[in-house]
Amino acid sequence: MKRKLMMAALAAGAAAWALTGCAGKQAETVSTDGSTSMEEVIGVLGEAFMQNNSGITFTYNPTGSGSGIQAVQEGRCDIGLSSRSLKEEEKASGLTETVLAYDGIAIIVHPDNPVSDLTLEQIAAVFTGRITNWSELGGSDAQIVLIGREAGSGTRDGFESITGTEDACKYRQELTSTGDVITTVSANEDAIGYASLSAVKENVKALSVGGVAPDEATVKDGSYVVQRPFVLVTKTDAKLSGAAQKFFDFATSEDAVELIGGAGVVAAR
Amino acid sequence: MQKRKQFMETLIHGIFLLLGLITVGCVLLITVYLIVSGLPAIRRIGLVPFLFGKKWASTAAEPAYGILPFILTSVYGTAGAILLGVPVGFLTAVYLAKLAPPAVKAVVTEAVSLLAGIPSVVYGLVGMLILVPGIRALFHIPDGASLLAAIVVLAVMILPSIINVSVTALEAVPREYEDASLALGATPVETYFRVSVPAARSGIAAAVVLGVGRAIGEAMAVMMVSGNAPNMPSLFESVRFLTTAVASEMSYSGGLQRQALFSIALVLFLFIMMINAALNFFLKRSREA
Repeated sequence: MKRKLMMAALAAGAAAWALTGCAGKQAETVSTDGSTSMEEVIGVLGEAFMQNNSGITFTYNPTGSGSGIQAVQEGRCDIGLSSRSLKEEEKASGLTETVLAYDGIAIIVHPDNPVSDLTLEQIAAVFTGRITNWSELGGSDAQIVLIGREAGSGTRDGFESITGTEDACKYRQELTSTGDVITTVSANEDAIGYASLSAVKENVKALSVGGVAPDEATVKDGSYVVQRPFVLVTKTDAKLSGAAQKFFDFATSEDAVELIGGAGVVAAR
Repeated sequence: MQKRKQFMETLIHGIFLLLGLITVGCVLLITVYLIVSGLPAIRRIGLVPFLFGKKWASTAAEPAYGILPFILTSVYGTAGAILLGVPVGFLTAVYLAKLAPPAVKAVVTEAVSLLAGIPSVVYGLVGMLILVPGIRALFHIPDGASLLAAIVVLAVMILPSIINVSVTALEAVPREYEDASLALGATPVETYFRVSVPAARSGIAAAVVLGVGRAIGEAMAVMMVSGNAPNMPSLFESVRFLTTAVASEMSYSGGLQRQALFSIALVLFLFIMMINAALNFFLKRSREA
């Protein structure tokens, strides 16, 4: 750790020296724009990138996937960030997607709950209030308690868009962090909730969906369906600026895998 | 020499004035900021749909920004906490001020100040892990996170303010009043409730108002036990307070949603202003009495 710090300090010193060498040259910037769900992962990457390249300013504008895609198309940013795959017509309009990471969302219940597998349709029915009792799903005769996240949360947005339950979920509790959801579900045998896969621990049970248990491998190969890609969107026919290309290479490199994992998602590489 | 002394005096006066103005400046800054950032959303949504709308769905495809559920929850939650907390706090204060032997008084007073020092997140945590499952088991409801849980937590949280202010008010009652009552043949307990308490009533009212202020402004602890779903208030349902409405959505909000959160903060601010005005009124009366 100490050595790493020293290396970083040395690198910063070297970069500062290099900077003074080309004083007067305008500072380079990398601008990204898009998905609010990617805030954490892109924040971690941007921070590490700026630390290693102290002449470059990295910016992130959290506007939402749609606006990010539009921004890159109109040339208002270097790299667009989208938490869904590009549509065919978006690709046809001259955009390329590069999957940075996969965000797996685990459906969690109390460890004592006898139910261990649900289909995507059953999950949607449960969260929209069409199925209200565990006995309808092969569990004990008890009312299902729905635990969700607050409006605006990336996980909620991801879960609701994958299950097709936007604005229709009848939550009993809306909590403000992944940890709160897990704690609450672990304390109530009749609760069901969702949380980022990387945060799930022993105290709750992650359900398999359509027979596929969630783990890094099934999220990566796409067989676990409650997941979405985090995508870097670039123009197909235009070259990135030097600094933007540098960030792009860094984000998709082996060095970034651990950082991406630390932000709670599975690196695509 | 004399001149120099005078200069020092003036300088120190100036410094004190400046420090005082910093406080005033902070209050003004917050007030102006809240009004400026809270009004645009109210103007866009409309005052009546905002204050009396029953549906809050800030990120839906067709967003709804009605905060009546939050206002009512805050009012009911505070009223409930007062209903539970005031009798306990008031009687504790009478006991401490008039009846308790010195040793007991020292221990209880120490415990009360400890209670006041516990951070609200700890109240929330204990509520979340003990009270919420307890309510669930006791009342056989699917989930214990509810208005009731929040009321119980708030009732405990406001105890120290109620007890401390009431004790001070009761101890300030002139000894002669009580002596006169005892000399007329009243028992000590009769004396405390017929003489001391009425004489201290403005101070006790101030204690209650202080409790109201503490309860209505609390966010962290209630957020952890109330469930946070924007329902109309009901004792065993998951509810959202004015404070938690702001706190829970602020981190990812944008656009009109964020502006509306500022508007909620403005409404909360107005509530607190009214409570403060009431508090000042009672305190003034208590000093004059």
